Amino acid sequence: MFAHTLPPSPFDHREKASAIPPAAERPEAPVILVRDLSFSYGDALVLEQVNLSIAPGEFVGLVGPNAGGKSTLLKLILGLLAPQTGQIRVLGQPPRQAARRIGYVPQFPSFPRDFPISVEQAVAMGRLGIGPMLGWHRAADRDAARRALEEVEALDLARRRIGTLSGGQLQRVLLARALAGEAEILILDEPTANIDQRVESDIFDLLAVLNRRLTILLVSHDIAFISDYVSRVACLNRTLLYHGTDAVNAETIQQLYGGHVRLVAHRH
Amino acid sequence: MSQFLSALSEHAFLQTALLAGLLASIGCGVIGTFVVVKRIAFMAGGIAHSVLGGMGAALYYGFDPLLGALFAAILSALLIGTVRLFWKMQEDTLIGALWAIGMAIGILFIAKTPGYAADLMSFLFGNILLVPTRELWFMAGLDLVLMLTVALFYRQFLAVIFDEEFARLRGVPVAFFYLLLLCLVAVTVVLLIQVVGLILVIALLTLPAAIAGHYVHSLGGMMVIATLLGGLFTSLGLGLSYGPDLPAGPTMILLAGGVYVLSALLSRFLTWRGALRQATQT
Repeated sequence: MFAHTLPPSPFDHREKASAIPPAAERPEAPVILVRDLSFSYGDALVLEQVNLSIAPGEFVGLVGPNAGGKSTLLKLILGLLAPQTGQIRVLGQPPRQAARRIGYVPQFPSFPRDFPISVEQAVAMGRLGIGPMLGWHRAADRDAARRALEEVEALDLARRRIGTLSGGQLQRVLLARALAGEAEILILDEPTANIDQRVESDIFDLLAVLNRRLTILLVSHDIAFISDYVSRVACLNRTLLYHGTDAVNAETIQQLYGGHVRLVAHRH
Repeated sequence: MSQFLSALSEHAFLQTALLAGLLASIGCGVIGTFVVVKRIAFMAGGIAHSVLGGMGAALYYGFDPLLGALFAAILSALLIGTVRLFWKMQEDTLIGALWAIGMAIGILFIAKTPGYAADLMSFLFGNILLVPTRELWFMAGLDLVLMLTVALFYRQFLAVIFDEEFARLRGVPVAFFYLLLLCLVAVTVVLLIQVVGLILVIALLTLPAAIAGHYVHSLGGMMVIATLLGGLFTSLGLGLSYGPDLPAGPTMILLAGGVYVLSALLSRFLTWRGALRQATQT
């Protein structure tokens, strides 16, 4: 009876044998490759036959309605969930093995705001898994944390306590934490959901700069805003409805959200 | 108090008691900080109370009750941790059940153990004056295990306490370190039972770290201050209780509890005054 609601075990390392050759053997191999992916929580089918391929250097915006499966797809790509059918390859590896090469920025910080930790220490946490396992943070980790903070223009916050930051500052710090681990891909889940419009533009300008050296996959509910920045939009509502390089048209939006949505005019 | 100080130089059992309090405060400072910051005080309470089952069984079968306590504490830590990690349902009910089951088992065993029934009281409320000298070595050993484990895996513990999901993405074996953390809590509980008994353990485990958290905003700083506060409360409590012949454990706890309440009010006041000052400046 309980079997359907059990969360997947964190010990679950099962990974189906791969038919895909490693990335190094093929030129321009996709950075993220999702093939025939389906996933359900209990009886609720959340993702159905999703196929997605993201090339190096792309900036892909993943949009769709709430409960459309966006966050679930991210969790699968990050290896936090295991696919039930289908296959995922990140940098040619199974997601769990590639997770350390991904910089992840969550939608909500999953730590309490009053946690006794400085910004610099929190960012240095992004260095875990690099270098020896035992012992304290090393000078190299601190330097990397400060470089990452500099890159997101937040070095002045280094000594601040994490609980004293504003929403926009916290988002920059989470971005720095993602960058500190020498990430090759950046995955962001609604990074600007809780901050005001002006700060949102600043963060997207920053992402545009980072996109020069990193592949970016970003989840958003705001098609109009992100289409100024991304190179491609993928629309997800259980199935992947559209992932072209042209501008999103009214028909797709209607398909995606089901009817009564006005297409917001946006400049290019 | 002066009576205590003069007695301290004469009586070896008082020196042992003082040392036991200081040894216990290392555990309560280091692990208590984790418990407070990770907000697992209820879990720690469950572990502490279920320990009576182990102590009772050990007493009945003629082993050292402390060994029984250590075994029961680790067992219930692993049980609670496993349910929290993999089951994720009704965690609080399970902790409550384990809490009561452990105590019931303990009381049954103690009732059936021939001999002096007052032992039950010293398990429940501790008796620092009866700590045998050889237990000091046992306590020092547990302290060493605690400090070594925390020092070696400090970054991993910090990551698991701060943000489990992110730690998992960075390849930290979160389940392992979470269970290890609960085992350290179990060891600390056993350390503290000597001093204040299992009913009052939770106070000494959380209050010094919580007071430290009012003023210090780093994990390491909290550990140091909480250890010092723990040492202060146990020593001062021992001294204050000696003259009027009060039980030492409850005196320590009342001292810690009183300081905690005052400190909470003070830090509230300081925050309020700081906000007021900011508002008038702008």
